[in-house]
Amino acid sequence: MSMLKQITLCAALVVVAAPALAQAPQFGQPISPADLAPWDISIGPDGVGLPAGSGTPAQGATVFAAKCQACHGEKGAGGPNDRLVGGKGSLAAGQAPVKTVGSYWPYATTLFDYIRRAMPFVDSKSLTSDEIYAVSAYILNLNGIIGESDAMDAQSLAKVRMPNRDGFIPFPRYPR
Amino acid sequence: MNDKRNDLPSLEPAAGNGLLNRRIFLEGALLAGATTAGLSAAAADPLPVAPWMKKPGPHFAPYGMPSSFESKVVRAVTPPNNPLTAGVGSSRTPHHLLEGMMTPSGLHFERSHSGIPDIDPEQHRLVIHGLVKRPLVFTLEALSRYPMTSRIAFVECAGNSGALNAPQAAPRLDVAAIHGLLSCSEWTGVKLSTLLDEAGVEPAARWLLAEGADSSGMSRSFPIAKAMDDAMICLYQNGERVRPSNGYPVRLLLPGFEGNMNVKWLRRLKLTAEPTMTKDETSKYTILLKDEKAWQFAFPLEVKSMITRPSPGLLLKGPGFYEISGLAWSGNGGIRQVEVSTDGGKSWALAALSGPNLPKAPVRFRAAWQWNGGPATLQSRATDDTGMVQPSRAAFIAERGLRGNYHFNAIASWGINEKGEASNVYA
Repeated sequence: MSMLKQITLCAALVVVAAPALAQAPQFGQPISPADLAPWDISIGPDGVGLPAGSGTPAQGATVFAAKCQACHGEKGAGGPNDRLVGGKGSLAAGQAPVKTVGSYWPYATTLFDYIRRAMPFVDSKSLTSDEIYAVSAYILNLNGIIGESDAMDAQSLAKVRMPNRDGFIPFPRYPR
Repeated sequence: MNDKRNDLPSLEPAAGNGLLNRRIFLEGALLAGATTAGLSAAAADPLPVAPWMKKPGPHFAPYGMPSSFESKVVRAVTPPNNPLTAGVGSSRTPHHLLEGMMTPSGLHFERSHSGIPDIDPEQHRLVIHGLVKRPLVFTLEALSRYPMTSRIAFVECAGNSGALNAPQAAPRLDVAAIHGLLSCSEWTGVKLSTLLDEAGVEPAARWLLAEGADSSGMSRSFPIAKAMDDAMICLYQNGERVRPSNGYPVRLLLPGFEGNMNVKWLRRLKLTAEPTMTKDETSKYTILLKDEKAWQFAFPLEVKSMITRPSPGLLLKGPGFYEISGLAWSGNGGIRQVEVSTDGGKSWALAALSGPNLPKAPVRFRAAWQWNGGPATLQSRATDDTGMVQPSRAAFIAERGLRGNYHFNAIASWGINEKGEASNVYA
């Protein structure tokens, strides 16, 4: 191969290679799981990620009276905000549905997730894990789903089978 | 002076009870036909010279506001049912006072589960983690550096038009009260797929959890296919930064999907194998059917339309020509056609589609109507480009009953009485 041809070939390679040097923009900063843990608060139905701690219905009754009852009523009977207890059988055809934790919610893990992220309304993310387990236990016990001495923790909460667990079906229509 | 303009061509009827051919809108010309519109009016008063014609107005403003004469064009704000939980609820777009297909940012509907957070963009972060090779954090400055994309899209609350689930029609409900949880903006931001490619999605990831930085940590799961299709991380709304009540400084846009999934104040996306089953995808935003079962993960808002004029609060001042105007939209695509009836669905005429007709955006429709001064029942029926037709109220109820609360998209009706008053009716 002549020198000229070699130079031409090299030049061609440079021309071909040059666009590959430009990368897609990447402006995200790496973060370790430990550093994002304070934000990683969601709990799926398998209960993975539920924190240490535990609480009983009796302990939950105290927390509920202090922090929840003003909006959710005595023993979760509702008013002015969502009713949390009762409604069993009201989903049946022809009934006026009363959708509560007991009658409608399919997963107990959702209770922990939601209380932790959003409640109490005026001071969310303020309860300890023990308090959240206790309030969850209290609401589940009021609905007759667990016994009055059943403590809730990472293992037991994930094992609770909610009465309406099989009440949901996928939406039937996706045109595309 | 003879003011009878009999030399104008007449308008062609297209359906019963005075509906006229839409070609008046399509061609900008009146066509000869059977009906004589018979326009007439008393002579106008002499023209006065108003004060503003003689004195200059004030200087300019850094941020413009509508005319002071338009002070009634405001959102309908629902008062909180409990003062302890103010910030739970909504405000509704007054579509009966608006035109075109875009919603002014200040009139975009608002819906929040814990008020409107006041977020410092310097401190806000978006994190992508879970089933990814590289968990990543993005500042607003970083998000602003990516190639951007813009699209016009509606956002509609899943509960919009839910008032029509009531067994009896409440006659006084107006467009805002019934249909005001729909708005349309131009959204600009980064394609979510761009950020996911950077994070490196693991094959096991089938869902994403989107979570807000509001105090309720609003959270919803959505499928990976949507994330890689048309999901956007939005920084701008109608050219300016997203408004606080619409998610400032950054919101998720899932075009066509029910409103709350377009998570505002977006702080976190977690890739998961299964849906997280959050409160707002189990206890709320599921559709309880006639029997004990409920539909879950009903994401797209299906084809729908509403007549914004005439409508309650807008009086018809005597028989004659009126434009019937409204919006039609579908979370599954674009709008193929809109039909209008003024006789409660006995006969229909095609409406003209006016202005931009974009997928997953509302399109303005217009029909011409010669009101004879008698009772009328106005309806609109939209068909989207997947072929789905807006169901009648009877067909809607037959499929799911009226216990679902969400995704109400049946044909709605306005009754017009002899006084020219419109009211919410079931027909």
